[in-house]
Amino acid sequence: MKKMTYAEAERDGIRLEMLRDPNVYLAGEDVGIFGGCFGQTTGLFQEFGPQRVVDTPISETAIVGHAVGAAAAGLRPVVEIMFIDFMGVCMDEVLNQAAKMRYMFGGKAALPMVIRTPCGAGVGAAAQHSQSLEALFTHIPGIKVVMPSTPADAKGLMAGAIRDNNPVIYIEHKVLLGVQGDVPEGEYIVPLGKADIKRVGSDATIVAWSGMVPKALAAADILAKEGISAEVVDPRTLNPLDKDTLMNSVAKTGRLVIVHEATKTGGFAGEIAAIVADEGFDLLNAPIKRITAPDCPVPFSPILEKAFLPSEEKIVRAVKELF
Amino acid sequence: MEITKEKLLDFYNTMVTIRSFEEKAVELFAAGFLPGFVHLYLGEEAVATGVCANLTDKDFITSTHRGHGHMIAKGGKIDLMMAELFGKATGYCKGKGGSMHIADVGLGILGANGIVGAGQPIATGAAFACKYKQTGAVVVCFFGDGASNRGTFHESLNMASIFKLPVVFVCENNMYGISNNQKDHMNIGDISDRAAAYGIPGVTVDGNDVIAVHEAASEAIKRARNGDGPSIIECKTWRHRGHFEGDPSVYKDPREQESWLKKDPILNLEKRLGELKFASASDLDQIKAAAREKIDSAVEFAKKSPEPSPDDLLTDIYAS
Repeated sequence: MKKMTYAEAERDGIRLEMLRDPNVYLAGEDVGIFGGCFGQTTGLFQEFGPQRVVDTPISETAIVGHAVGAAAAGLRPVVEIMFIDFMGVCMDEVLNQAAKMRYMFGGKAALPMVIRTPCGAGVGAAAQHSQSLEALFTHIPGIKVVMPSTPADAKGLMAGAIRDNNPVIYIEHKVLLGVQGDVPEGEYIVPLGKADIKRVGSDATIVAWSGMVPKALAAADILAKEGISAEVVDPRTLNPLDKDTLMNSVAKTGRLVIVHEATKTGGFAGEIAAIVADEGFDLLNAPIKRITAPDCPVPFSPILEKAFLPSEEKIVRAVKELF
Repeated sequence: MEITKEKLLDFYNTMVTIRSFEEKAVELFAAGFLPGFVHLYLGEEAVATGVCANLTDKDFITSTHRGHGHMIAKGGKIDLMMAELFGKATGYCKGKGGSMHIADVGLGILGANGIVGAGQPIATGAAFACKYKQTGAVVVCFFGDGASNRGTFHESLNMASIFKLPVVFVCENNMYGISNNQKDHMNIGDISDRAAAYGIPGVTVDGNDVIAVHEAASEAIKRARNGDGPSIIECKTWRHRGHFEGDPSVYKDPREQESWLKKDPILNLEKRLGELKFASASDLDQIKAAAREKIDSAVEFAKKSPEPSPDDLLTDIYAS
């Protein structure tokens, strides 16, 4: 194990895959000498050179679209969209090209490509640089959606995403990028579709991902002091979703709170709630609760931004309401 | 460039094969055999033929919603294409794609595309892969006049030009984006003028003259193979039919249609073959009859083929 930040761990994951497979390359805006807006790619340009760490023009459509063509022609691109908010610019390439090419061609194409993109509020970046848009992508069959919450998962899921033979959207939370943690050294792969129980508990299940995992864990600490044992389940990938781990946890606790930073209506918490209501209604001892951001653009003022974000207090309150 | 008899007859064979395929599609669509929509290449045969004659199986193309001609010219299998138009399990895409999504990745055909202008970034990426892997292969991106107004056009041309990618952008300017004439949608007459914005060569040729198309493409493809980067070829042409089958083309002036029909690319080539004494009328009739026979047997194959099973609905979404 080695202490690394989330950004360093993610970079370690990319670097090791680039060393292992010459067809893996990195492309995006300012990923080269600049090293990415949050330092995610620092040093890779110096190590691998401009052929494999490619600074692109400000052309999100061509960044994702070129990755589709390059992947169809045998490469394994890892492209960056600087903020998830910019995915709107290249949505056709995600929605109609990357996601559907294999199916439309009757299974005769594979697109091993990763789109890395930072999400999340908490840094005063306001409405166009702070969103959590994962639900837009979970609604598109043909792509996978990955959202690591720890440095170790950031590394392992990056390797898993790059080795996957499908388009994967790897969503990194910008507040987590600087967080340190223990990370396995050398090759480390987290398979897509495998949830992780971040804290074992017996009275209530809190499902949280990405930036909400630390808050769910903090809430579980508070609840423990009040005699409630909360289990924190981090799905880590939303598509494919590890339903077994989710259902097993609910079977054990009988109570479910789902937490995400994304806005509420149409959010992925609704999907998880629906799955549990459909397939595990008898397991529940209480209604399913969702703690999310309100249906509102992300505001700029730190006071307003704090009011927008789900907090550990809100999670604690929601869990307590179930008893 | 030397025009051999063999080469011209080869062009002729490809062009009449495309024409027979499309004429059969008109008939089959009217008779209710083909679900969905078909966008036909009738009248534009010289473009795909002249361009693809410069390509090998290791080279790539991206195609459009009007893609049957590109497929045939790049070596696509006619029976699998026809079966796909019928939505049959034996079709190129197992009935999951239809006319607008026919592809043969093994032959370098990265698909027709239902989104206008979507092929441009994909072609750019395939060219990136050719350069990255140093395969010596090139990519041809077919697109229409309408697609040159998409943002994808600008982003792709800019990216391809700065990275000097081996890609040739072939604009099939048939003058209409669905119902809208080019003059109502851009402030220039020649789309190849847009090449100047990217510091790359751009030429306009008679898209109904297969020899002119072939020569321009040969030069552009050579340039791309040599590592000198992308270029634009604009081929002025005309679609004989509506945007899709069933479109009565009320927006087109019948006199304009009449004058373009006289400039039909197959008539042009027949005239040339006669002048050069490369083929007699009966030689040409034989080639046409053979093409029709191929198409008839593809139709037979498609009709006899099984429908997809509803059990196949959920396969081919993800690769393992």
